[in-house]
Amino acid sequence: MRGAVPPPPVPLGKRFDLLRWLHLPRHRLLAHSAGVRFGMIYAGVFALSTIALALFLWWSTAGLLDRQTEAAINADIQGLSERYADGGLITLEETIEQRLMGNIDDDALYLLTDPALHPLAGNLAPPPATLLQAQGLYELSVERAGHSGKAEVQHFVLPGGFHLLVGRDVEVHAQMARLLTDALLWAAGVAMLLGTIGALAVRSLFRITLADVSATASAISAGDLTRRVQVSGRGDEFDRLAETINDMLDRIGRLMDGVRQVSNAIAHDLRTPIARARARLEDAASHAASEADLRAAIERAEVDLDGVVGIFNALLRIAEIEAGARRSAFDDVDLAPLLLDLVDLYGAAAEERGQVLRAEIPASVPAFGDREMIQQAVANLLDNALKFSPDGGTILLAVKVVPGQGPQITVADQGQGIPEADMARATERFFRGECARSTPGSGLGLSLVQAVATLHGGGLRLEDNRPGLRTVLALNTRAIAPRVNATSSLDQRSEPARAA
Amino acid sequence: MRILVVEDDKDVAGFVVKGLKEAGHVVEHADNGRDGLFMAASENFDAIVLDRMLPGGIDGLRLLETLRAQNNNTPVMFLSALAQVDDRVRGLKAGGDDYLTKPFAFAELLARVEALTRRGKSEGPQTKLVAGDLEMDLLSRGVRRAGQKIDLQPREFRLLEYLMRHTGQVVTRTMLLEGVWDYHFDPQTNVIDVHVSRLRQKVDKPFPTALIHTVRNAGYMLRAEQP
Repeated sequence: MRGAVPPPPVPLGKRFDLLRWLHLPRHRLLAHSAGVRFGMIYAGVFALSTIALALFLWWSTAGLLDRQTEAAINADIQGLSERYADGGLITLEETIEQRLMGNIDDDALYLLTDPALHPLAGNLAPPPATLLQAQGLYELSVERAGHSGKAEVQHFVLPGGFHLLVGRDVEVHAQMARLLTDALLWAAGVAMLLGTIGALAVRSLFRITLADVSATASAISAGDLTRRVQVSGRGDEFDRLAETINDMLDRIGRLMDGVRQVSNAIAHDLRTPIARARARLEDAASHAASEADLRAAIERAEVDLDGVVGIFNALLRIAEIEAGARRSAFDDVDLAPLLLDLVDLYGAAAEERGQVLRAEIPASVPAFGDREMIQQAVANLLDNALKFSPDGGTILLAVKVVPGQGPQITVADQGQGIPEADMARATERFFRGECARSTPGSGLGLSLVQAVATLHGGGLRLEDNRPGLRTVLALNTRAIAPRVNATSSLDQRSEPARAA
Repeated sequence: MRILVVEDDKDVAGFVVKGLKEAGHVVEHADNGRDGLFMAASENFDAIVLDRMLPGGIDGLRLLETLRAQNNNTPVMFLSALAQVDDRVRGLKAGGDDYLTKPFAFAELLARVEALTRRGKSEGPQTKLVAGDLEMDLLSRGVRRAGQKIDLQPREFRLLEYLMRHTGQVVTRTMLLEGVWDYHFDPQTNVIDVHVSRLRQKVDKPFPTALIHTVRNAGYMLRAEQP
């Protein structure tokens, strides 16, 4: 039974490997070049259309002549049979003679014979009896006026055994067919030549157009991020591709700048507390006079390291938010209770400092997003406001629901604010204004808020509160929501499962 | 209490084991996932401290999933350097009871492990919490100390409830933030201290002895003075 197992099916493309059959190495034919492939497709399409044109030409010239001949013979026969019905054999003979006289083109052929094939009328030599076995259409070789030619002949047997042959000389047709064949062969040759030239042209066009893209990509991967693909200005597909690639490269460039900026900042802002902790430990190890001193130094170093960990966590959290991976956790949230909780949490702290935290929150603030992230963003804003507000200052947390957009959460304090010049940079990682240098903090709080705002399709706006700073966190979640709503049918289906 | 520590880093493991022993617990240690799973499945522990990334072919998540599949409900606290929100969610989904990220303070770890074992014991709903002369009725939401009624805001009530449920245990600020407010981030401001001090004003100030104590470098503890 083992022999009956059929061989595994071979993929269509591998059944006949032309290249192996020709003993040619694969790369020699450039089969992997898209330019060659497009060139070959072009040549193939060109050849197919040429063949189609030739076939049509053939059908409409040679074919038309053949059909006309047949029609003429049929008309002739129709007439002759009417005459024969009218006056019998004699009239038929007369009619044939008349027709021969009236035939200017000299292409009509007639023959009327008795049963023994002796000609009675007509211009056609009687063919051998073996040829005329039955009635029907024959193609005969005829000898006329000294040269042989081809003829198409219809053969009838009349009552009494008389034979009638009606035909047309088609030698001109045959010559024409030969002429046509020659012409088409030539045309095929020329078409092949033109196709090849066209294919080569397409290939080099591709190569030239893609050479720049390829060169740019190579330069970029070699590290030169300033290179861009040239745009020819013709506005064609290649231009659009070039523009898309350039846009992508711009974005990569910006991201790289961001990474560089962050790593510079990390180098500075993380190194400082680490250096401090290290110095403290080393100093304590070599100079501490008592165990109490040693302990105190170690504890201070611990605090420094906790600060480093805090910065790390904040950086990673921002990166996590910016990566957008949490967008899958978006859900409908009512921000009103969430914000009231935060007011409750921070209100006590504000009171402790002699500050007032005032809240203006509507009864319901529908939003779509990640509740944990929004909590943290608003908490960061409140942290800042509490930190920079003077004693007795008022901090305002207000929410405005903009119809058609998402909610706007405003946190305003009456502290020193941020100078106009620093506003734009305030959300950069590790940026700290001059007046903030003396207060604890990492310079990452607003970066995180910005990241959360961006993830929620909104933005963070800093304004002058005269005096103080007003931060407006806009969550334009409507911009994200429709895309999610598009799959609402799926959501509804999974709803019972979630409830269960 | 018997605690299993599954952790491959020698320094971290040594530090945790030593600290837990000093706190009066019996500690077993496994330095790879295979041994950890074997010990967790074959012996009885009150709590397991579990690293996520472990050598030995079985990582922390697999270990826990296998354990839970055997209907072993020992409280498990993940101790991991994987700190993203998704990591935490995955750890809790796999059946973890708590998730602490490295680096960590030992006080935080100890407080959380002890809280875990308490959580494991309290079966059935309680209606009344008592600590010394402080009583909390969870149904009528009334609080009395020495027979005297204390009025609390809803949030203060929940804060006190959390402290009372962990009577005699250290409760860190992060635990309070997570347990009472359900926040998973560290505020820059000392918001928790302010709320605890407000609670003290109502619960401790009018009375001769204090119940809510500050534990240095760790957090707070509600403890009734032994008479």
